Amino acid sequence: MSEEHRHEQCRQLLGSLSDYVDGDLADEVCLEIERHMSGCDRCRIVVDTLRKTVELYHTAAAETPAAPSDVRQRLFFTLDLGEYLDQRT
Amino acid sequence: MDDHHQRDAEFSLPALKAGDKAEFARLVDAYSGPIYRLTLKILGEPQDAEDALQETFLKAYRALPAFEGRSSLSTWLYRIAANESFMTLRRRKPEAVSVDEAQPTADGEQEPIQIVDWCCLPEDELLSTEARQHLDQAVGRLTLALRTVFVLRDIEGLSVRETAEALNVSEAAVKTRLLRARLSLREQLSAYYAERMAATSLSAAERTS
Repeated sequence: MSEEHRHEQCRQLLGSLSDYVDGDLADEVCLEIERHMSGCDRCRIVVDTLRKTVELYHTAAAETPAAPSDVRQRLFFTLDLGEYLDQRT
Repeated sequence: MDDHHQRDAEFSLPALKAGDKAEFARLVDAYSGPIYRLTLKILGEPQDAEDALQETFLKAYRALPAFEGRSSLSTWLYRIAANESFMTLRRRKPEAVSVDEAQPTADGEQEPIQIVDWCCLPEDELLSTEARQHLDQAVGRLTLALRTVFVLRDIEGLSVRETAEALNVSEAAVKTRLLRARLSLREQLSAYYAERMAATSLSAAERTS
C-alpha cells in the first residue's frame, strides 16, 4: 500500500473515531478500521488514547460527589422544600 | 439514553404538573447533582453554578404545569440549566458566548499531534489528584459549544439525540462537536501523561542505577 493511500485511510478514520469508540459503526466498517490499525501504530495509539480519555472522564465523574451538601441544602430552602430535606440522604 | 427515560418513569407526571411539592422534592433530589455538575462545568465558578442551579429548578417548578413531555424530564431540565448558564455567561462576558460553533471545514478534523501510548500508566497515576485537576482544566479550555456537548454526552451520559434536544441543535452538530471535544481533550491529556511517563521512567532508571 502506498504511503499516500495509507495516509488517506488515517484521515478517513479520524472522522469516524467518535462513532467507532462509541460502538455506533456497522460491523464491516469496524473490521475495516481494525484492519487498518493492525498496520498503523499511529492510528492504533490515537484510538486507544481517545477511548481511554473518554473512560477517564466517566470514572472521574462517577467518583465525584455531584453537589456539596450545603449547596443541596440551600437549594431545598430556596425552593421552599425545607420540610423534605431530612427525608433524603 | 434509555435509562434517562426509565428514570422519568419513577416520577408521577400528573403530580408534578399539579404542583405536588413532595413529588417535586423527589425530582430535585434526583437531578440537583447532575444539574449542578453541568452548571459548574459551563460556568467554572461555584457561586454562579449554584445560582444557575437554583434558577433552573425555580423555572422548572413554574413551567411544569405546561410541560408536554416531548422530551424526557431530565433532558428538559438539562435544557433549562444550559440556557440559564448561557444567560449568566452572556451577562458576565458577552463576547465569550458563542454557542454556535463553526461548521466542519473542508479540511476535516485537526490531525492528531501527540502520539504517545500512555494507556499503560497505572490507574492511580491516571487519576491522581493532580491528573484530575488536569482533566478539569482541559475541559475548561474547550470552547463553550464543545464543552457543553462533551459534558452532556460524556460526563452526564445523555445520548446524542438527548444532547441535541437539550441544546436545540442537530444531531450532526452534536457528533461533530463531540469528536472535536474528545480529540482536543486527548491532545491535552496526552501532553500531560507523556510527561508523567517520562518522569516515571526517569525515576525508575535512577532507582536501578
